[in-house]
Amino acid sequence: MNGNDERRAEVRSYLVGYAGAIVMTGVAFAIVQWPIASPKLTFAAVLTLAFTQIVLQFRCFLHISLRRSARDDLQLILFSTLVVALMVGGTLVILLNLRERMM
Amino acid sequence: MSASETKHAGLNLGGTDAKTHAEAEHAIFGFWIFLMSDAVIFALLFATYGVMLPATAGGPTPTSVFKIGPTFAETLLLLTSSLTYGMASVAMKHGSPLGGIHRWLAVTLLLGLIFLAFEWHDFSDMFAQGAYPTRSGFLSAFFGLVPLHGLHVIAGIVWILVMMVQLRVFGLDARVKINLLRLGLFWHFLDIVWIAIFSTVYLPGLLP
Repeated sequence: MNGNDERRAEVRSYLVGYAGAIVMTGVAFAIVQWPIASPKLTFAAVLTLAFTQIVLQFRCFLHISLRRSARDDLQLILFSTLVVALMVGGTLVILLNLRERMM
Repeated sequence: MSASETKHAGLNLGGTDAKTHAEAEHAIFGFWIFLMSDAVIFALLFATYGVMLPATAGGPTPTSVFKIGPTFAETLLLLTSSLTYGMASVAMKHGSPLGGIHRWLAVTLLLGLIFLAFEWHDFSDMFAQGAYPTRSGFLSAFFGLVPLHGLHVIAGIVWILVMMVQLRVFGLDARVKINLLRLGLFWHFLDIVWIAIFSTVYLPGLLP
């Protein structure tokens, strides 16, 4: 692959990421502005869109993918995700349970 | 082992500058560790916000203080600035004239500044409605989380200015290239945190 092809592929990757992010953002705001489903369902859809968009941005902007997983970066992401899941999950379970008992 | 192999997060310089590419691996990994620990801080503030959400103490509620219009504008600004920074990194990698890199950096800087202006306007609106940090648990958590992201954007803007000076003074040497790669990771990371903010703070707050 020569320099020009590589450059074109990289620009395309950024543009694809941008277009995808715009569409997902637009849909998320649209279903809140003009609700078509129950609030619970809408919230679930917004979270799903956010997660998909984050994965897309990791792929297209930060150039991290599962395919080229030889790098330590991905392991660090997975480890951080584990730490975050434990701490956030623990915080939510303990404090929401506490509130329930205090009510 | 090809020269264009992916060695670290962000744009890899393998195809155009093998020497810097080799140096970048450790430099970028160190910065990546910082970003992940920053992500942990944000995640815990999100958890605090989630827990504090019902604690409005009879004061302003999310529905009464959040506005969808400015939030959407801020999202588009930050997202577009992520793309323009990407264009700056591609220009840097493929040895475009310095003017091209400067232009993309300047556009990114401008979008970041407009984002901050919108956010500042949002916060002053909230203060005017009596929604200030000490009013309730919900507002304390909100002002702990969202302005912290704003502070990161300010830091990013200062960093862009520093990089514009470094580009002018040193030209595109290995150190400047690696710094630009680090700044790229930081800037794209801020965009990702913002996705989490509008999806878990603003949009759910606007639902009936």
